[in-house]
Amino acid sequence: MEYLQGTYRVTKIRPGCMCDYTIACPDIAAISKAGQFVHIRVPGFTLRRPISICEVDRQAGTLRILFDIRGEGTKVLAQTKEGDLLDVMGPLGNGFELLDADKKAIVVGGGIGVPPMLETAKSYGKNATAILGFRSSDKIVLTDDFTAQGSRVMLCTDDGSAGHHGLVTDLLKQRFEEELPDIVYACGPKIMLKFVAQMCAQHGVRCQVSLEERMACGVGACLGCATPIRQEDGSVTYLHVCKNGPVFDAERVVFDD
Amino acid sequence: MTNLKVNIAGVELKNPVITASGCFGFGREYECMYPLSRLGGISLKGMTFQEKLGNPPPRIAETPSGMLNSVGLQNPGVEHFLQYDMPYLSQQDTVKIANIAGSCVEDYCALAERLSESEIDMFELNISCPNVKQGGAAFGTSCENASHIVREVRKYAKKPMIVKLSPNVTDIASIAQAVEAEGADAVSLINTLLGMRIDINTRRPILHNNVGGLSGPAIFPVAVRMVWQVANRVKIPVIGMGGIEKWQDAIEMMMAGANAIQIGAAMFYNPKAPIEVIDGMEQWLKDNGIKDINEIVGTVKPW
Ligand SMILES: Cc1cc2nc3c(=O)[nH]c(=O)nc-3n(C[C@H](O)[C@H](O)[C@H](O)COP(=O)(O)OP(=O)(O)OC[C@H]3O[C@@H](n4cnc5c(N)ncnc54)[C@H](O)[C@@H]3O)c2cc1C
Ligand SMILES: Cc1cc2nc3c(=O)[nH]c(=O)nc-3n(C[C@H](O)[C@H](O)[C@H](O)COP(=O)(O)O)c2cc1C
Ligand code: FES
Repeated sequence: MEYLQGTYRVTKIRPGCMCDYTIACPDIAAISKAGQFVHIRVPGFTLRRPISICEVDRQAGTLRILFDIRGEGTKVLAQTKEGDLLDVMGPLGNGFELLDADKKAIVVGGGIGVPPMLETAKSYGKNATAILGFRSSDKIVLTDDFTAQGSRVMLCTDDGSAGHHGLVTDLLKQRFEEELPDIVYACGPKIMLKFVAQMCAQHGVRCQVSLEERMACGVGACLGCATPIRQEDGSVTYLHVCKNGPVFDAERVVFDD
Repeated sequence: MTNLKVNIAGVELKNPVITASGCFGFGREYECMYPLSRLGGISLKGMTFQEKLGNPPPRIAETPSGMLNSVGLQNPGVEHFLQYDMPYLSQQDTVKIANIAGSCVEDYCALAERLSESEIDMFELNISCPNVKQGGAAFGTSCENASHIVREVRKYAKKPMIVKLSPNVTDIASIAQAVEAEGADAVSLINTLLGMRIDINTRRPILHNNVGGLSGPAIFPVAVRMVWQVANRVKIPVIGMGGIEKWQDAIEMMMAGANAIQIGAAMFYNPKAPIEVIDGMEQWLKDNGIKDINEIVGTVKPW
């Protein structure tokens, strides 16, 4: 297990409906992979906030993260300005398992589950389809970035204000009817992950999901971020999202508890 | 040369800083931050004889200057520990303290007996875990129960035995005296304070266990007070903890009467906290012309 911790400069903040930061952290970027996360200290708060790595630029030595304001901590973090320093720990967790670039992949992201999908889709370029769901048209992020990587974007919103009016699973079904991929990656609300996992299981498609849980240490030391996981022998145990995850094989995840 | 060495019940620690149980796993997760040999000691994750799955999530809730946890002593059990974790720990040049727990007295005894054959340096008898329904705190909240369990485990524990006290009592010093009388070699305090948070939108407690243990800077003044009260009433060494995040806190805790200190929750926001505390204390001693850290223990001048 290898990670770093230190203060790093936010070099760029892009406009948009989510906070979109580029952080100069060459040593962290050098060992970061799609699906891993960073743990960010927020002044005045005891617990760090876990945020997925959205893009890794090894050459520039930067990481990009996107987050939504969800509570008190992210509200404070959102006050960050270009040039400010952030206390970052990372990269943490295991990333998605990437297949050869000529395989076909579908990435499914819902809301704050969209950011980690960008780096994941990147390695597949035009062989990736990104199925992205948002609450409404004013919550859309990153669609242009996926297109720029060569990936096909299929969009939906809960209120129908942009793209398909409905769920990511509607679009996944549509895409499966066209062609079955070699693998599906998903991140988003647990209920969404559950239906994506079910659909993949029905079609015999491999599926990896990224889970969320409340965290303290972020490295596997406190056992705080437990999530129920089915073991090979069928019994259920608690594994830890920060160390054993956040990415798990969907068939192992216990969605109903 | 400034001396940072302390002696707890015959075991020498190279400095008084120990990582607190449940906050440092079995050490591996932090080896990339600094060599574990820099630490005075490691109090290992609370262990039971059999594997324990722990409580359902969520297990963590943030609080002002602190956090609640309801991990519930998740651990792989003693045999798994001896096979997979002890070999790694044996290679680390630091004092290894096994934090032992159970749901009945027999469990504690069996665990102490088994670990007495290992390279563990000391035991920390956890009679204060607020997160398991049976046992844990039930043993630590009355003098009678505390005496009984210490008396029994003492028969099997062939290593120095620290007893970890619960702050969820009216008179912690009398419990400390009770366990001292039964042969405890040292006491450590405080474990977490029982707390609760509720999500006002769902009206559900944030923790699935409803209640959990409070730790972090929020509990520091309570911990200092309790360490002071206990140190005034027992002769055995006292290990102080609860909310220590910086070297100033560690010195304050030692002045209150602690012979060594432990750091827990602070490592979650600052993984290098133990090292910063060690370095900061050493510098402070130098700056103040104090040659030996032991000279500051219990030197508070109460009004
Ligand atoms: C591995 C991982 C990756 C994540 N990636 C992203 C991302 O890329 N973009 C993004 O916007 N969000 C992401 N999240 C969710 C993000 O961590 C939470 O939205 C954030 O912690 C909320 O903090 P707060 O102070 O605003 O909320 P508060 O509700 O005030 O926080 C209180 C406590 O609960 C925790 N908490 C609250 N919601 C969550 C949650 N959903 N998951 C984990 N902990 C939570 C907080 O960390 C804090 O400890 C990720 C979570 C995890 C576990
Ligand atoms: C996540 C977590 C897990 C803990 N697990 C244990 C444990 O297994 N055994 C134990 O004796 N204390 C346990 N504790 C209590 C700590 O060792 C310590 O007594 C307490 O947290 C106060 O110190 P702090 O404020 O520095 O964290 C745990 C604390 C936390 C936060
Ligand atoms: S957050 Fe500590 S084990 Fe995952």
